[in-house]
Amino acid sequence: MAGKTLAAWAAAGEKPEILYWVGCAASYDDRAQRVARAFVQLLDAAGVRWGILGPEEACTGDPAKRAGHDFLFQMLALQNIQTLRTYEVQRIVATCPHCFNTLKNEYPDLGGAFEVWHHSQYLWHLIQTGRLRLPPSLSQEEVETIFHDPCYLGRGNGEYEAPRAVLRQAGVRLVEAPRSRDFALCCGAGGAQMFKEPEPGRKDINIERTEELLATGAQRIAVGCPFCMTMIRDGVKHAGKEQKVEVLDIAEILVEKLKNS
Amino acid sequence: MISQIAFVLVLVGAVALFAYHVRLLRKTILLGRPYESPAPVRQRWLQMLRVAVFQQRMMDKPIASAAHWVIYVGFLVVNLEVAEIVLDGLLGTHRVLAPFLGSVYDAMTVAAEVFLGLVFVAAVIFLWRRNVSKVPRFHTAEMRGWPPLDANIILWTEIFLVLALFFMNAADQVLQGRGVEPYSKVGTFPLSQLVTPFLSGLSTSSLVVIERTAWWVHILGILAFLNYIPFSKHLHIFLAFPNTYYASPEPPGKLRSLPQVTAVVKEALGLPTENGTQAEASTLGAKDVTDLTWKNLLDAYTCTECGRCTAVCPAHITGKKLSPRKILMDTRDRLEEIKRHIHRTGKWEGDGKALLGDYITPEEIWACTTCNACVRACPVLIHPVSIIMQLRQYLVMEASQAPETLNAAFVSMENNGSPWAFPAAERAKWAENLTA
Repeated sequence: MAGKTLAAWAAAGEKPEILYWVGCAASYDDRAQRVARAFVQLLDAAGVRWGILGPEEACTGDPAKRAGHDFLFQMLALQNIQTLRTYEVQRIVATCPHCFNTLKNEYPDLGGAFEVWHHSQYLWHLIQTGRLRLPPSLSQEEVETIFHDPCYLGRGNGEYEAPRAVLRQAGVRLVEAPRSRDFALCCGAGGAQMFKEPEPGRKDINIERTEELLATGAQRIAVGCPFCMTMIRDGVKHAGKEQKVEVLDIAEILVEKLKNS
Repeated sequence: MISQIAFVLVLVGAVALFAYHVRLLRKTILLGRPYESPAPVRQRWLQMLRVAVFQQRMMDKPIASAAHWVIYVGFLVVNLEVAEIVLDGLLGTHRVLAPFLGSVYDAMTVAAEVFLGLVFVAAVIFLWRRNVSKVPRFHTAEMRGWPPLDANIILWTEIFLVLALFFMNAADQVLQGRGVEPYSKVGTFPLSQLVTPFLSGLSTSSLVVIERTAWWVHILGILAFLNYIPFSKHLHIFLAFPNTYYASPEPPGKLRSLPQVTAVVKEALGLPTENGTQAEASTLGAKDVTDLTWKNLLDAYTCTECGRCTAVCPAHITGKKLSPRKILMDTRDRLEEIKRHIHRTGKWEGDGKALLGDYITPEEIWACTTCNACVRACPVLIHPVSIIMQLRQYLVMEASQAPETLNAAFVSMENNGSPWAFPAAERAKWAENLTA
């Protein structure tokens, strides 16, 4: 494995190519941890030297900021920026669009300007530069897959192509939801909703969204965000379809392709 | 001569009244906090050109967009005729531009008539969508009472003004045919000539009365409408331009950090603070409209209540109380209350009420997922999430009224550096037992 903590890299007198910003979800949530493991397998396959902060990583502060707590956000952000500066980090890749957005758009004003990628963008970059080699024999799948745009990757930062390009390259047969790309419906977790009860209403947002995705008949739902993963999986369970429809991160789909070749 | 004097008085009075209300409006908007667009000037103009002049985002809905284009271009074309009407009114002439423009004048009258017809059709389509086919976004909870009435007044006024011009031109043509002074043979009127046969039986004096009445009704209607606009959602015909000019082109995912908070946090962390970033004693976040930026307030006055934001809002779609359009309408209603106060007393010193609580409830703002669908949907670059976030900041940092579960997440973020209560030491556990 070509990954270790930045402290370990520094102790060896070296620097990795990228810092993988794991995020709280992939650090602690069982399901999201599998995505982190899939992503670093891909990094290893591409020969990328990667590092993590490990215990030195703290929440980017996104949920605090979206909940209106700018003190807590800035407290976390300024401490993270200190840590990132100590290790002279330049390139960061995140598997969580909320971390990605906060690091990319909100840290620069606080003195932390880094080159920040979402993992779909970085994976597409690795494929395009020939470092991540997909088996040449990949044929297009029979089953249909639908990609659910994360708000903070799509509308928030204008990236709609990279995740689709990665999936298509891996032979995935993509279909689109009626509400897709810049008009994709939110999974319901953003804006700190992940950490609170929903306000009273007719329906939960993740149910509304999952029903829309399931109605396309797609047998696999691809996501690019750990919060979407939780919300859509709950939605699929609610519909009683967890035996029929998989919910996978794009990194997991890609790893499957590498393994099965 | 008398009619010239009457015209000048009416014109000057109407324009002065309009100017007064525009200044009052400007004063009210500038009660907001400072704001500066981060874009260079060139980019601001291009954004305005793309979004306001060429209505790029209107195209998301093709039927509404087509009808809107017709009324927009019709407004511009008919303004040429209005310019002539104003000149005639001031000079006591009739169709003063005709001798100067020659065949161009014919083109102008043809264009005006064609667009009058198209505007008529477009206005009927809009009335139909609003009142008969009942497009759902025009019938949500906040669309009761004044808002739908306002919308219908605008559309009926447009139809009324179109008909006035139509009858004016028709009567004019019959009079032209009879060689009555000063109705010399000018202009080509492809639409109104269709009704001239019905007017041909009338006496010359009746036709002059019809022509003059239509002329006066039309110009008085326009001046009345002009003075109606500052109190109407129709303000968008002017404010769409400055609003798209000043709107930030930064990615909607970005939320600015509060500088007064940065100063405090840096001090707490023992980090060097820049000179002059003294912590201001201003309210954190927004309780009332005066705590919002002037751009937020301009947003509120620019909103024409089309409801595209609300139609795509996940909270609204699933039956929560939040409607982004209502956030803007409430902001505007509160501003109108303050504006009336300034109109009466000349200044604003508060009235004990506030946007948060008296207009917008915490339940609404806590339903937002900050997904930015509303921001994407707005044809004139209004940013509802910006207002929602500032209200949340007030609730959390000034009033300490976050929902319970969020408070737990805050505590955990403070203690563990994660919204979930796990120790930082376990952060890299997922990577154990990974083999190359």
